[in-house]
Amino acid sequence: MSLELILFFVLAIIAIATALGMLLSRSAVYSALYLVVNFVSVAIFYLLLDAPFIALSQIAVYAGAIMVLFLFVIMLIGLETLGGELNWRQLVWPLAMGILLLVQGVFLVIQRVGRDVYIGQTGTQLSDPSLMARVLFTDYLLPFQVTAVLLLVAMIGAIVLSKREKSNQEA
Amino acid sequence: MVPVSYYLVLSAILFSLGALGVLIRRNSLVIFMSIELMLNAANLAFVAFTRVHETFSGQIFVFFVMAVAAAEVAVGLALIVAIYRSRQSVDIDQLSSLKG
Repeated sequence: MSLELILFFVLAIIAIATALGMLLSRSAVYSALYLVVNFVSVAIFYLLLDAPFIALSQIAVYAGAIMVLFLFVIMLIGLETLGGELNWRQLVWPLAMGILLLVQGVFLVIQRVGRDVYIGQTGTQLSDPSLMARVLFTDYLLPFQVTAVLLLVAMIGAIVLSKREKSNQEA
Repeated sequence: MVPVSYYLVLSAILFSLGALGVLIRRNSLVIFMSIELMLNAANLAFVAFTRVHETFSGQIFVFFVMAVAAAEVAVGLALIVAIYRSRQSVDIDQLSSLKG
């Protein structure tokens, strides 16, 4: 068993355990912190897959910005504890659906990809962010600019939604 | 050397856990986090395929997915805060005004 395989299994166990912890913990703050650990372990997977730029943006955007926003909203609303909400009798159908989805996914992976496709060793080209930037700013220039518009619209939407409606009360 | 199917199976497991979270939790914040988990699982599959096919398209799609996720979180959390202000709750079972 190679070192990479051992690292993969340890990280996979951490990722699955933190995902389960996020699902089952009573407190929303603990859910958010479990999700941060999950994002960091996925970032290490990206490093293993020769994508250092994606790994660092995962940590900066997901584990940094998005989860801080989540924690900020949890603290703002003040919902640290959620009470006993998991009713096991209602869980039968969702569990069956989830297991069905998992079986379907694994079956499709094995059928379409097969178990023998190994990741090649020559990945030095892929880990170069400047080559990725060249592809991003030539072939994908229009989607990149559409992304800028999308972020602007999201910012305006967030401001409009979270503004208190004073003008309606005065009118 | 790790076979690519291991990464894809891990991605399927994380996606199923995220979908399960959307189905079983009633707190809209935790449901939102489960959606983020599903997006991450899809990103992991994208990067694994990038590594197999030796092309940058997968990584660039992950980049766009991250931008869309950031926009989604900004608008979604603003919506949750607005809903909490009017209903004093983020439990989705109580948000049934549109049920007819």
